[in-house]
Amino acid sequence: MDRFNNKLGIVRRGMINNNPTFMLILGMCPTLGTTTSAINGLCMGLATMFVLILSNTIISAVAKFIPDKVRIPCYIVIIASLVSVLQLLMQVYVPALYKTLGIYIPLIVVNCIILGRAEAYAKSHSVGDSALDGLGVGLGFTLALTVLGMVRELLGNLSFFGLKLAHADGMLAFVLAPGAFLVLAYLIVIFRKLTAKIINK
Amino acid sequence: MEYVIILISAIFVNNIVLSQFLGICPFLGVSNRVNTALGMTGAVTFVMALSTLVTYLLQYYVLVPLHMEFMQTVVFILVIAALVQMIEIIIKKISPSLYQALGIYLPLITTNCCVLGVAILVVTKEFTFGGTAHFLNLGESVVYAVASALGFGLALTIFAGIREQLELSDVPKAFRGVPIALVTAGILSLAFIGFSGLVK
Repeated sequence: MDRFNNKLGIVRRGMINNNPTFMLILGMCPTLGTTTSAINGLCMGLATMFVLILSNTIISAVAKFIPDKVRIPCYIVIIASLVSVLQLLMQVYVPALYKTLGIYIPLIVVNCIILGRAEAYAKSHSVGDSALDGLGVGLGFTLALTVLGMVRELLGNLSFFGLKLAHADGMLAFVLAPGAFLVLAYLIVIFRKLTAKIINK
Repeated sequence: MEYVIILISAIFVNNIVLSQFLGICPFLGVSNRVNTALGMTGAVTFVMALSTLVTYLLQYYVLVPLHMEFMQTVVFILVIAALVQMIEIIIKKISPSLYQALGIYLPLITTNCCVLGVAILVVTKEFTFGGTAHFLNLGESVVYAVASALGFGLALTIFAGIREQLELSDVPKAFRGVPIALVTAGILSLAFIGFSGLVK
C-alpha cells in the first residue's frame, strides 16, 4: 500500500507541484496557440503527453550510456524522432486534427517541458518512475490546456466542447490572441490560490 | 513591392509573438530590460535568417528529391542546433565584445520555437502576400524570416519598456510576476489587432 501511495505521489507531484503551465510557466507557445476551443486544447495536451511519457521512459533507460557532454543533443534527437512518429500517426489516423493543430505538433520538439523533465527527472530516476512522472506532468498539461480552452470557448463562442449554448455571438477577443493571455493570467492566479494548501502541506 | 508587404505583414499584422504565439518563453523570460531585449533581437535575427536559408535549401534540394520529407523535424532541429553552435564559435573568435553582449542568449536560441517554427512554416504553408496563394521562394523566405525576427524584437522591446515601468507600480500580491506580465501582453496583443486590416 505504501508503495502504491508512493507511486501515486509521483503522478500527483507532476500534476500539481510541477504543473508545467500554472507553476513552472513552461511550454507557453502551444498553451496559448492551440486553446481556441476545449477540444483542441485537450488534443494538444494528449499529443504532448504521448511524447512526454515515451521520451521520459527512453531517456531514463539510456541515460547511463550517454556521455554527459553530449547528452542534450542526444535527448533532442530522441525527442525529435518521437515527434516524427507522432506526426506520421496523426497524418494517417486524424488528418483533420493534424491540420488544425498545424505548426504546434512539430514544435513539440522545442517544448521546454519535455527537455526540462528529461534533464530534471528522467536522467536520474528509474524507468518506471520516469514514465509515471511523464504521465503526471502530461496530465497536468492536458488539464491546463483543456480548462484554458474551455473558458476561452465559453466566453468567445458561447459553446461548451463544441456544443452551442445560446444563439448569440460571444466576445470574439477571447478566441483571438489577447484573450489567451488574459484568461491564462487569471487561471494562474486561481490555480496557485487553490493549490497553495496542498503544496505547503 | 512584395518584399515590403511581407515586411509589414510579418512585423505588424501577423506579429510572430503576439498573434502567432511563437517564442513566448524568451518573450516572458528575458524581457525585463530594454538593453537585453535588443541583444536578444540581434542574435535571433541572425540565427533565423541563416537557419531558414539552410533549411530551405535542404528541404528542396535534399529531402524532397530523396522523398524523405518525414525526416523534416529531426533534420531541421539538428541544423538549427549545429548552426547556433557554429555561430557561437565564430563570434567568439571574430568579435569577443559582441560575444560578451550576446553570449548567454546564443545557446538559448536553439530551443526558441520561433526559429524552428519559421523554418517549418516557409516550406509547409502557402502564403498570400500580394494576391495569390503560393509557397515562398528562397528570397521571400529569407525576407520573411528576417521580418518575423524583427517583429519578435519589436514585441520584446515594447514589452521590456512596459515592464521596466511596471516594477515601480503597486501590483496586487497575487498578480506579481508572471500573471501581470501576461495581462500586459494581452493588452499589447489587443493593440496589435488594430493593424489587422492593413494587409489583406
